[in-house]
Amino acid sequence: MPDLQPLIYARGLVKRFGSFTAVDGIDFDLTRGEAFGFLGPNGAGKSSTMRMIGCVSPPSGGELSILGMDPVAQGREIRARLGVVPQEDTLDVELTVRENLLVYGRYFGLPRDVIHERTAQLLEFVQLSDRAADQVEPLSGGMKRRLTIARSLINEPDILLLDEPTTGLDPQARHVVWDRLFRLKQRGVTLVLTTHYMDEAEQLCDRLVVMDGGKIVAGGSPRALIGQYATPEVLELRFDPADHQQAADKVAAVPTERREVLADRILLYVADGEAALAAVHALGLEPVTSLVRRSTLEDVFLRLTGRQLGD
Amino acid sequence: MTAVTGSLAVRQLRFWLTDYRRTWRGSIYSSVLSPVLFLGAFGLGLATLINEHSAASLGGMSYLDFVAPGLLAATAMQTAVGECTYPVFGSVKWNRTYQAAAASPLRPADIFHGHVLFCTLRLVMNCTIFMVVAALFGAVRSPGALLALPVAVLTGLAFATPIEAWAVTRTRDTSFAMIYRFGMIPMFLFSGTFFPVSQLPSWLRPVAYLTPLWHGVALCRALSLGVATAGSALGHIGYLAALASAGIVAGNRSYRRRLYV
Repeated sequence: MPDLQPLIYARGLVKRFGSFTAVDGIDFDLTRGEAFGFLGPNGAGKSSTMRMIGCVSPPSGGELSILGMDPVAQGREIRARLGVVPQEDTLDVELTVRENLLVYGRYFGLPRDVIHERTAQLLEFVQLSDRAADQVEPLSGGMKRRLTIARSLINEPDILLLDEPTTGLDPQARHVVWDRLFRLKQRGVTLVLTTHYMDEAEQLCDRLVVMDGGKIVAGGSPRALIGQYATPEVLELRFDPADHQQAADKVAAVPTERREVLADRILLYVADGEAALAAVHALGLEPVTSLVRRSTLEDVFLRLTGRQLGD
Repeated sequence: MTAVTGSLAVRQLRFWLTDYRRTWRGSIYSSVLSPVLFLGAFGLGLATLINEHSAASLGGMSYLDFVAPGLLAATAMQTAVGECTYPVFGSVKWNRTYQAAAASPLRPADIFHGHVLFCTLRLVMNCTIFMVVAALFGAVRSPGALLALPVAVLTGLAFATPIEAWAVTRTRDTSFAMIYRFGMIPMFLFSGTFFPVSQLPSWLRPVAYLTPLWHGVALCRALSLGVATAGSALGHIGYLAALASAGIVAGNRSYRRRLYV
């Protein structure tokens, strides 16, 4: 029977800390099997939202229902069906890889033999089988992250919550994590993730909302958002810092849909990047570097908030 | 509901037991060595001096018989303070294993009670080891003296639950050194473990009577010497149990406030 009820339903959801409003009345739904993202800069309210979904942070206002239950009254029942990968690792670094899964499986009341069976499968999945008996402390950041992901799957959760899953990892480790998350998505695991990396959001999310200052400023699939808020191509120009401002004024003569003058670059939003570059050269301007690329979520974010996502 | 709470707290207890499997050997050595050193130094060493010169002021009993039950209660205090400061702080701040547990079906109170159960187990272990060592020193003279064991465990809990309720709220670990320096050590020295509180200046005595350690020492000693009365026993037990219960109430609240932000 198809499950049409949203797994997560939020209307006017608010989180306040004293006089500070971290999440300022957001609405979203999540359906089974999709990968849903919260994209935004640090301080946008993404982690606060994730903590409310994780039932470890009571909402200050609005409606929130998870798996058809109330997160305050039925937090224990909901958490039993969630998997959580927190932003900061919460592994017991003095225990071994295997013991971390054992301890965590017990939190969910799983019998020992079930935990052992799943541990073997999960460590295989995150490519840590050969480290099963090793202490966690000396593992690399990427390995710890993969172990955290394995741990979050020990109870075969209905929803997997990932808060900044690859922040702090080097590019190679990040790609390994993305690959594993992509496989989970292929298996039909429902993913909710926060990120401030546009490429992460583009690769993993079927649908995402852009958050800024506690509010949702836009939502949709990565492709639809780019189509709606950016042009097909972007021409990035970099000038000598001394000529930057002067060049920015001159470049205004090139016909564009939109132009962004950043501290170090000038972005021209156009249908045809090469044609725009020819027009720049025709004005007698000599950029130090020029790059024609496709629009990304970074451009969507810049358009919506006037700021860069940054790190 | 209670059954659920109980079983969830046991899940957290099992985490601590898994954790303890790494360190139990070392901890047993110090649990045995500490009473051997203290009973040797005070019960045998210092005692030769005291028994010769001031036997009368101890009512004719040997100093070993006097000091052993006091050290038992003090052992419980030390165990409780040790288990409820850095391990609790580390779980919420360094390793963040408490946050990991809070993301599972466990609630903050389950996480708290799981650790209290583990502390109780450690108190039973350390106090039992102390009793065995004291018996080898000849300081356990009657079966009734064994009743000092549960009283010592209760004394430990009177320290454990309030300290733990407070430790989880800390954001830096500097406060713990203060607890050791200005709490535990003065209590250890002046709450009747080594000499009767009646020897203290009169203005200081009421302070000593307020410390949980004095109640533990007084009752352990009375039971050990077979002179406990029902009235005073109930008074001491009531005081210690009230502190332990207040700590549970405070911890239920402080764990929730710390883990559900």
